Amino acid sequence: MVSFILPPAPTTDVKTTYGQEDLIKRSASNISPPARQLTPVAKLIDVSKCIGCKACEVACLEWNDMRTPVGVNTGVYDNPHDLTPDMFTTMRFTEWVNPESKNLEWLIRKDGCMHCADPGCLKACPAPGAIVQYSNGIVDFDHDKCIGCGYCVKGCPFNIPRISQVDNKAYKCTLCSDRVAVGQGPACAKACPTQAIVFGTKDEMKKHAEGRIKDLQSRGFKNAGLYDPPGVGGTHVMYVLHHNDQPQIYANLPNNPRISPVVELWKGATKYAGLAAMAAFAAIGVIHHLVTGPNKVSEEEERKAEELAGKGKTS
Amino acid sequence: MTNSWTDIKNTDLVIIMGGNAAEAHPCGFKWVTEAKANRGAKLIVVDPRFTRSAAVADFYAPIRQGTDIAFLLGVINYCVQNDKVQWEYTRNFTNASYIVKEGFDYNDGLFTGYDEARRDYNRSTWDYELGEDGFVKSDIDHPRSVWNLLKKHVSAYTPEMVERICGTPKDKFLKVAQMISECSTPTKTMTSMYALGWTQHSKGSQNIRAMAMLQLILGNIGVRGGGMNALRGHSNIQGLTDIGLMSNLIPGYLNIPTEKETTFDQYMSTRGFKPMRPNQMSYWQNYKKFFVSFLKSMWSDAATPENNFAFDYLPKLDVPAYDVLRVFELMHEGKMNGYFCQGFNPLLSFPNRKKLTTALSKLKFLVVMDPLQTETARFWENHGEFNDVNSGSIQTEVIELPTTCFAEDEGSLTNSGRWLQWHWAGGSPPGENKHDTWIMAQIYLRLKKLYQQEGGAFAEPILKLDWRYKDPGVPSPHELAKELNGSVLADVPDPNDPTKMLLQKGKQVVSFAALRDDGTTACACWIYSGCYNEAGNNMARRDNSDPADLGTFGKWSWSWPVNRRILYNRASADLNGKPWDPTRKLLEWNGTTWTGDDVPDIGPTMKPTEVGPFIMNPEGSARLFTRGMLRDGPFPAHYEPFEAPIANVMAPKIRGNPVARVFKGDMEQFGEAKDFPYAATSYRLTEHFHFWTKHSQRNAAMQPEFFVEISEQLAAEKNVKSGGWVRVWSKRGSVKAKAVVTKRIQPLTCDGKTVHIVGIPLHWGFIGETKKGFGPNSLTPYVGDANIETPEYKAFLVDIESIPGPVA
Amino acid sequence: MNMELSRRQFLKGASAGVAGTTLGALGFGDIEAAYATSIRPWKLANLAETRNTCTYCSVACGIIMYSKGDLKKGEKAQIVQIEGDPDHPTNRGTLCPKGAGLLDMVTAKTRTLYPQIRKPGSDKWERVSWDVALDRVARLMKDDRDKNFVAKNADGVTVNRWLTTGFLAASATTNETAWATYKVVRSTGILAFDNQARV
Repeated sequence: MVSFILPPAPTTDVKTTYGQEDLIKRSASNISPPARQLTPVAKLIDVSKCIGCKACEVACLEWNDMRTPVGVNTGVYDNPHDLTPDMFTTMRFTEWVNPESKNLEWLIRKDGCMHCADPGCLKACPAPGAIVQYSNGIVDFDHDKCIGCGYCVKGCPFNIPRISQVDNKAYKCTLCSDRVAVGQGPACAKACPTQAIVFGTKDEMKKHAEGRIKDLQSRGFKNAGLYDPPGVGGTHVMYVLHHNDQPQIYANLPNNPRISPVVELWKGATKYAGLAAMAAFAAIGVIHHLVTGPNKVSEEEERKAEELAGKGKTS
Repeated sequence: MTNSWTDIKNTDLVIIMGGNAAEAHPCGFKWVTEAKANRGAKLIVVDPRFTRSAAVADFYAPIRQGTDIAFLLGVINYCVQNDKVQWEYTRNFTNASYIVKEGFDYNDGLFTGYDEARRDYNRSTWDYELGEDGFVKSDIDHPRSVWNLLKKHVSAYTPEMVERICGTPKDKFLKVAQMISECSTPTKTMTSMYALGWTQHSKGSQNIRAMAMLQLILGNIGVRGGGMNALRGHSNIQGLTDIGLMSNLIPGYLNIPTEKETTFDQYMSTRGFKPMRPNQMSYWQNYKKFFVSFLKSMWSDAATPENNFAFDYLPKLDVPAYDVLRVFELMHEGKMNGYFCQGFNPLLSFPNRKKLTTALSKLKFLVVMDPLQTETARFWENHGEFNDVNSGSIQTEVIELPTTCFAEDEGSLTNSGRWLQWHWAGGSPPGENKHDTWIMAQIYLRLKKLYQQEGGAFAEPILKLDWRYKDPGVPSPHELAKELNGSVLADVPDPNDPTKMLLQKGKQVVSFAALRDDGTTACACWIYSGCYNEAGNNMARRDNSDPADLGTFGKWSWSWPVNRRILYNRASADLNGKPWDPTRKLLEWNGTTWTGDDVPDIGPTMKPTEVGPFIMNPEGSARLFTRGMLRDGPFPAHYEPFEAPIANVMAPKIRGNPVARVFKGDMEQFGEAKDFPYAATSYRLTEHFHFWTKHSQRNAAMQPEFFVEISEQLAAEKNVKSGGWVRVWSKRGSVKAKAVVTKRIQPLTCDGKTVHIVGIPLHWGFIGETKKGFGPNSLTPYVGDANIETPEYKAFLVDIESIPGPVA
Repeated sequence: MNMELSRRQFLKGASAGVAGTTLGALGFGDIEAAYATSIRPWKLANLAETRNTCTYCSVACGIIMYSKGDLKKGEKAQIVQIEGDPDHPTNRGTLCPKGAGLLDMVTAKTRTLYPQIRKPGSDKWERVSWDVALDRVARLMKDDRDKNFVAKNADGVTVNRWLTTGFLAASATTNETAWATYKVVRSTGILAFDNQARV
């Protein structure tokens, strides 16, 4: 049977089920642990059931009252071409010939914020409270507090946040924190015609994924599996992949994502020096380059940062 | 659909061929993913392109567009050769054992009786041999039994022949045939999901018949998880067809009389539908009741037994139909003066756009009613290369009337599963927009007034039209729905007890079973009877319980006929009335009556061994051999599209479908493979709905610009870069597009020749939020299916070249 | 329509078991927490709900339209959000990209807004009143019908047909509109009558 159907959205008697007191992490701040632990939630994206219809993209735009410009065709189906401050999710299409079967597989992956348990964006963020994490796992941006520095972009191992040219603030998927707060799932999961996107507690989603993986294995996808990368402490957006042994074939989904050591370094620095250290660190040039440099942190930079931080491995 | 969207969850095998359900019907396709996830069902996709349906399929096989019949007859041949036939079903529920008249034959691609000059057949031999008792003779072992003729007919379609015609590699064809043939056991079913990919060919009807025949010999019609499921297009195209908004139809699939049927009695004389087997129920014997009740709903008191219920008020046809191709041909010839487009955009929808523009320019007036600005309403407006016309030279008066859209109106829509679902208005109309019913009523009342004041040509049918609505200026949806259901016009006493009334004047009829042929009942559309009876508006029912958990939802809305959810459901049980598959029980004979989860498609007390399950056919059985009912053959046969990259390998002299209608001048506009070497096809994309969503900004952003798709191999040959510009042209027109170069389209080898495919989606025009663009109808040929004139959009020839992009 | 009934029955169904537990597990009691500043206030609070059917394809997904103002109360209503109807047996609250974007069609910049006429040879529209437009349509129809109506064919057989004007019917209007349209068109003797079934 169809599972994970969400009830109609309420229009009266709207009660929110979590809020400020449920924060477990807050950027550039120390907070005391919350009195209660919310049940961790997760969105599961079953790539094997995805038909690339983009209902999730349109639903996301409508729910968030956003518009993304009408672009051009560049020879692919990927429209819009990338995430933007007005486009929190996008489908990435890959035409992949399976070297074993010689069959074409059209891999379609919905890209967007993974809501990492150990969020690199939050770690990198120097503005107190601009990025928060609730005990249910949702990582959210508070735009009133965002200073538009772009560190979150560099801190993200999945290259997700985007800085708006309009208000110079960072934007990304909220996991529909407003919908979850009233007992709804994200707009994308609600819309998804094949329920390739489902939403529930993280435990339920893992259990659901097990069933899906078994089904895929019975159809010959022997490496089917769940993408819940430990390098970032697991994620609250997970994928079922038919070829979980090679996530990179899905439009460069990182094989073993981890927070850049540069960010780990920065985090260490803020711990001791606080926000005041920003200027000093900028002088070193590492942070400055982080902000103005290319999107990807180079291996060279990582190595340097690791030396600076005095350790060979990030947590 | 014989079944419903939710029923698909009961299937074991889904074949998507002639459609692309994942893209065009994503929320219906959900039930395919449910069947896969919960029943372990498999999905096969057969398509010239690797579509988004193929992306989630268990098996994909390529096929050249326009060769589906060869493929399907190949599968039937495979089933026959390997004895993968549901024999009890085939013997008892189809016409396999009937004997065909002597003289019937098939040679060199033609059936008996072909007349080349008329492009038509004399179909007199395409029928059964009748016994002295007047019933059909039956003997499956007879050399002229339907089964033996079928066996012979399909024997030419070997796997090698299928590969040669279709370009489907033999191993892939055999894999598909083998997977399908497994569904010949009574406990395994396959569902066929198809759409315009089968209809939009010059032999579209026969594409569908070929699959229906395969489904019959597998025993998959009338059962849960089976059936022939036409996915259909627009939200109420099923309803519009049911209510007969076509030149030759009366609501409920009755026919507009032809000019050969000059009297009521003559019209009825060919509609006796005498049973062809002993004891058989032949439901169309009730035709007269439905027809008279329809006439009463049109003209009420003016339709009397004395004037044959106003039979003469109906127009009489001089040709089989005034389909849109014929109408635009007449327009092109200057023989039409006025045209109405109600929510329709023919300038982008019909073939050979150049011809359409010329045709519209010859009209005196064009009236467009639409919630959105359409290209058709602006065909006279110059939009540069996208609509290069000289406004000053176009003398057509155009009147645009703004209408409400779905969100602003109330009423019912019929979905492809035949569910009539009521909806409510939730938004105020913008501007001065008015509901279509209001507009039709206003036009009618003004026209009537003119006739009252001035008199004029045969005004009676207009003046006497039954228009007794509370507010004649705007009939309410409830009043109109009640007319569709039907009501009692005069008390009818019970013949067994004169103190009682069988029918009471003023009441809604309970269903079409109550309709009468003496003028005492009115009913606009007999198959909708029951939708709004004394129990209330059944279409508004919202009880979504499903007691058997098999996706029936019998109390959700209302489905025609009589709330039956699966057509031919009697065939879900064996000859003795036991379900073929107890886990998917639909109906069962309990010794005295039919019981089960659905409304039986047979008299509730009709004994299973006596009455055949297909009661709409006078034979009581389903037809593998369809007698003379289709113009192009009692069996499907392979014909190439009118524009094909190779000759017909089975009958090289035949171009296209030998009986498809071709207008003067259009034959000369067909291109040859030597000039137009590439096989083109048109289609829709999941991001858009026809030409509507290009008005929606968020949808426009998802697929912003017109493109064509070609293989990497053709791109290399033609030096085309993905994302670069190309020009594509046919003998009828030329378009410019972005190129999408993809592995999803592969060249095929057909009859030893490499065939490259050019894919052309159709969502762009010159108004709306998307980039301005062209559509495939600038290129497509002006020819339709031989039986119902659906244009051949899916297979035509083009050439392609790389061009520099426009200067920004 | 009884939404409560269908919702309750739906939740009783086997399929909804998981939905129930999911939300139960998410439910953190009824305590009203202070809004976190990052969480947007609930967008659908105090809006009217109306059940409708998606206007695009014939899957006929159930939708809920959320509006400011309630037509049922005689108010002006502006639709601000459209989502799938979770009670609907076919789509179960889901929508495809077209359906998910329905709101944009309702509010499209390119909607027609008032009657207009383009005169022969002109390159522009002229706005007119409904009365002017409808009277003009009726006049054009009558003149053409009176001139070209065929009461009898060449053989003297009564045929009562009007072939010089045609009518192309919509395929997203309701059955009720279709029937009203059928009545009007057929009563005039028009035979060039068709719909969108083939394209």
